[in-house]
Amino acid sequence: MAKPAPTVQGGQDIEAHVPQKELGPVFKAASGPARWADERLGIATLSRPFIRKVFPDHWSFLLGEIALYSFIILLITGTFLSFWYKPSMAEIEYEGSYQLLRSVAMSESYASTLAISFDIRGGLLVRQMHHWAAALFLAAMLAHSLRVFFTGAFRKPREINWVIGVAMLGVGLIEGFAGYSLPDDLLSGTGLRFVDGLVRSIPLIGTWAEFFVFAGEFPGDLIVSRLYIVHVLLLPAILLGLIAAHLALVVYHKHTQFPGPGRNEGNVVGYPVFPVYAAKAGGFFFIVFGLLTLMGGLMQINPLWTYGPYNPAEVTAGSQPDWYMGFVEGAIRIMPNWEWHIGGTTWSWNVFLPGVGLLTGFFVVMAIYPFVEQWVTKDKSEHHVADRPRNAPTRTAFGVAAMTCYGMFWIGGGNDLVATQFRVSLNAVTYFLRVAVFVAPVIAFIVTKRICIGLQRADQERLLHGAETGVLERDPSGSYSERHAPISVGEAYTLTQYKQQPALLPAQDGDVKAKEMRVEQLRRRASRFFFIDDLRKPTRAELEEAAHHGHDDDHALTDGHEGNGHSGNGNGHHSIAAGTQQNVVDQ
Amino acid sequence: MTDLTPRNSGHEVDDQAQQRSELETVRDVERYPVPDPGLPEHLPRLSDVDEKAADRATRQVATMFGLVPVLAILFVVIYFAVPRDAVFLGQNAKNIGLGITAGLALMLIGIGAVQWGRQLMDDHEMVDHRHGAASTKEDVEYVLRELDAGTDESGIRRRKVLGYSLGGALAALGLPLIVSFADLGPWPTKRVRAATIEETIWKEGIRLVHDVTYEPIKASEMVIGQLVNAQPENLQEFHGTEYLQEKAKASIIIVRMDPNDIKIPEERRDWQVGGILCYSKICTHVGCPISLWEQQTHHLLCPCHQSTFDLGDSGLVVFGPAARALPQLPITTDAEGYLVARDGFSVPVGPSYFERDSRGDFKGE
Amino acid sequence: MRFLSSRRRHPAAKALLLVLGLFVMGSLYAVLAPAGQSSADTGTSQQVEEGRALFAVGCSSCHGLNGEGQSSGEIQGPPLAGVGAASVEFQVGTGRMPMARPEAQAPVKQNRYTPEEVAALAAFVATLGPGPEIPDPSQYDPAGLSEEEIARGGELFRTNCSACHNFEGAGGALPGGKYAPSLYGVSNQHIYEALITGPQQMPVFSDGVLKPEDKRAIIAYLNTLHEQPSQGGLELGGLGPVSEGLWGWIVGIGGLSAIAVWIAAKGTKAK
Repeated sequence: MAKPAPTVQGGQDIEAHVPQKELGPVFKAASGPARWADERLGIATLSRPFIRKVFPDHWSFLLGEIALYSFIILLITGTFLSFWYKPSMAEIEYEGSYQLLRSVAMSESYASTLAISFDIRGGLLVRQMHHWAAALFLAAMLAHSLRVFFTGAFRKPREINWVIGVAMLGVGLIEGFAGYSLPDDLLSGTGLRFVDGLVRSIPLIGTWAEFFVFAGEFPGDLIVSRLYIVHVLLLPAILLGLIAAHLALVVYHKHTQFPGPGRNEGNVVGYPVFPVYAAKAGGFFFIVFGLLTLMGGLMQINPLWTYGPYNPAEVTAGSQPDWYMGFVEGAIRIMPNWEWHIGGTTWSWNVFLPGVGLLTGFFVVMAIYPFVEQWVTKDKSEHHVADRPRNAPTRTAFGVAAMTCYGMFWIGGGNDLVATQFRVSLNAVTYFLRVAVFVAPVIAFIVTKRICIGLQRADQERLLHGAETGVLERDPSGSYSERHAPISVGEAYTLTQYKQQPALLPAQDGDVKAKEMRVEQLRRRASRFFFIDDLRKPTRAELEEAAHHGHDDDHALTDGHEGNGHSGNGNGHHSIAAGTQQNVVDQ
Repeated sequence: MTDLTPRNSGHEVDDQAQQRSELETVRDVERYPVPDPGLPEHLPRLSDVDEKAADRATRQVATMFGLVPVLAILFVVIYFAVPRDAVFLGQNAKNIGLGITAGLALMLIGIGAVQWGRQLMDDHEMVDHRHGAASTKEDVEYVLRELDAGTDESGIRRRKVLGYSLGGALAALGLPLIVSFADLGPWPTKRVRAATIEETIWKEGIRLVHDVTYEPIKASEMVIGQLVNAQPENLQEFHGTEYLQEKAKASIIIVRMDPNDIKIPEERRDWQVGGILCYSKICTHVGCPISLWEQQTHHLLCPCHQSTFDLGDSGLVVFGPAARALPQLPITTDAEGYLVARDGFSVPVGPSYFERDSRGDFKGE
Repeated sequence: MRFLSSRRRHPAAKALLLVLGLFVMGSLYAVLAPAGQSSADTGTSQQVEEGRALFAVGCSSCHGLNGEGQSSGEIQGPPLAGVGAASVEFQVGTGRMPMARPEAQAPVKQNRYTPEEVAALAAFVATLGPGPEIPDPSQYDPAGLSEEEIARGGELFRTNCSACHNFEGAGGALPGGKYAPSLYGVSNQHIYEALITGPQQMPVFSDGVLKPEDKRAIIAYLNTLHEQPSQGGLELGGLGPVSEGLWGWIVGIGGLSAIAVWIAAKGTKAK
């Protein structure tokens, strides 16, 4: 703490929320042990800022919690599993209770996983909970990061938290892969074989990386125990550290909130941690835990006794990794077979580009996006109010395009199942996706941007002309018009609260130093690409004028009015500048 | 609005910043066309005004919590009493039972707690003021000043060699650290590669045997359209890790096709026996074993990434991400008519790697 | 009568009428539709002649009157010399043949021939050239195998079959719109026949190489695998991580998002 410690007598005067109320009997009883602890740890001072911390309320803010709770459940169920799992690749003959594998040769890790599934009571339930929690952990992280992206919650001061989040997504991916390789069944062994080929294909260092990872040729006898330590010690430790940093920053910055009456950049409105969020968030933890338990009991996942132990000469049709590696799998499948043979060397682009290349590219692009957007907007102010996605159309369109590209790769990962389930040719699916991964995101970008602009226009309509009431009026001349009711000030404030980014005209000589000119022109071009299609927010004057006219419209039915109840020019707007595009600003 | 300005938290709250943000929405007409109307009026819930509704909600929550011990006991009963292989609705009874009881118990605690928070806890919205993320000017200046003073006191400014030598010393520690990992695996030098990934246990005279059963295969027993998943007979001499390592390279498939329907290059005429050809089973893409063979098209499809090889054309790639033809094993028959290898593989089997000399692979004619 | 007519405008009237109409049509069809011919004849040469007659009606348009095959034109059928009686029993018994239309692969559909007719067709085709015979029940009956032998059948299955048919026998994709079909609900006889005849793109696994006792073990493994109760819950199709991921997202993220909406909802207000 920056301040010197308080003096012994009295301490600070504690400002209670309801100063008149007397502390109840429970508090009186607890005050003894509490004081004992406080005299050694200073817990009152520590808890003071947090005890009534306010968190805003929105369902989409709970997605990150799903990830956090899944992780905790992974730790709990994983610890249980580790009491029986043996990370050894030594070969034994199976003598457990699953008769369809009687006397089959297998590794100890596989046999111990079978023991957990069949011979330890409740073992299968915990194992399936663990695997479902892993799938949910990554799905929740992805959903949460999409929410953060589309609401612009990665902007200053939260860029570092975004990067930490991207790091957790990446570490989680590897953690999941290491985890499902531990049972050493046919499916996960096939996945390890794939990784062996992937690592081997890295130009220049491939065989070195392969021999160092597997301690020699594939499969060797160390990979499972190495992955075990990665999975239970190294990566969970890193994840715990990242989670602590991530949550600390959320507490320090306070959570973002959606726009609304009473909410602005300088405050946070919601409910206090104690007791409301303790109940809601704590309750949600139990709900997530309960749902994962139900899934573990009712939905089978990875029935490794039917896959059999890993055997390098066996494979199953429909070999896929867990869903979160699906996009890499898809890229590997649809990639054309480009390989260079230069002299005595082989450069396997067909494996390296979709494997290492796509993975790196995905995380790098995700991590740097906040900084790219900041470079374009040069917006140095802090943002604590979430954007409505329609008010940042280009960002939203980029996000949907990225999701579409990811989705195309994801479909590619299951292209053989697409072929069988939908009765189409496998080859046709592959050819289609080779084109779709490039074309579909472009289409998605255009469509999304147009939808956002359309939604902005709808907002504009509500602001200037009020809400449609569904009540039709007929004037003496016979034309129909719909009555509009003005929207509440709260809603008007919500619709206009966002910060509009200007699209900049090209720089003139003298705006910046000569050597910065090229970069500055590029930046301004980018800002035009981002913002030129955005509707300009109506000014306060325009809104007042529109409200004034709205009142008049209700009563005056003189000529000059069109059938839609407005006076004015052909496009139905009587404010000349409001609602038009071209928010170009000469800066 | 309650002032929850934290004190003693280490953050100095800028009073002016607070007021600034509240007035900003009124004064900054351009940024805020509509001024902030303030928090909407708090509307009470049914349970706030109607005591009966509140009691009902209380009963709901208490009931949910009350069911949990019942489910917990049920869990214990199922754990001990239900036999391991009991079946319920076509599924393992124990797994379902434990999952449902524990899952419902946990969910009821959660739903009860949430319902308590939603219906019964005070739901007045509170307002907390934000502080800027940056530190106060005083803090920044203090820290910079003290850093400067401390640096001066350390003497490093005058005696720069202290700093440089310390930096060099710490950096030098990186060397032992990195070198300590040099035995993570054998170094894949040319010699080691030749003895490991470029070598299989196939030699001249080794019999081809059926995988799993290890029975030798008579050429005359194979009919046109037949596929055999096979191994070298000497694979049985290996165990454990070595067994897996050799199997991962030596696995083969044998197919019989009508010689009139396929292309056999001149130099491979004696690699086959009457239309019986033998290929490596290990995909040249990333190493999955392939045995999806289409009898009529002679195409071999790898299920992992759909690389397709034409076994009627020396294993050339016809579709998919694999870049090299499937290596072919030259075979012949021995005196008793069983299939044997004429030689080992002429190229390394399995996935590509940088140092692989791919000039020996079959490229087509 | 008044009971019905006074309710003719009842909201349920239309639905009930539709159901009644379907029921009537279905019953009429069942009563009036032509039944398959039954033949109680025995004797090989008579069987062959009957088979020839059936063949002429149901098979010759693609395969030629003498099973010589057709490779030109839109409708093609391979020559049947040497396919053997087992092929016919398999193809016709599973309903694959006659194909309803030319397509990449003959799908399983309902078999329209009686067992006697199938036997007659098989007898006829067997005369076209020597080929695999219909197996004896002792060859494909898995009774009496020990647990180790059944487990070995599993190893054989995973080495020879799962690459196309998937680890549970749920089927898999082949190039060009073809597929390895699901093995659920396939009779032991048909599995054996498929192994020895190699239907369409499936390779042949002749008895000389994959011995009959190995085939029995594979059949025993499949039977046990499909009969055993699911250990972990709903099988989600037995298709592996793709369906698991799909359901994980739907139930997990979808369900929890719905619950999150409930948690954060403002709820009804009293005013």
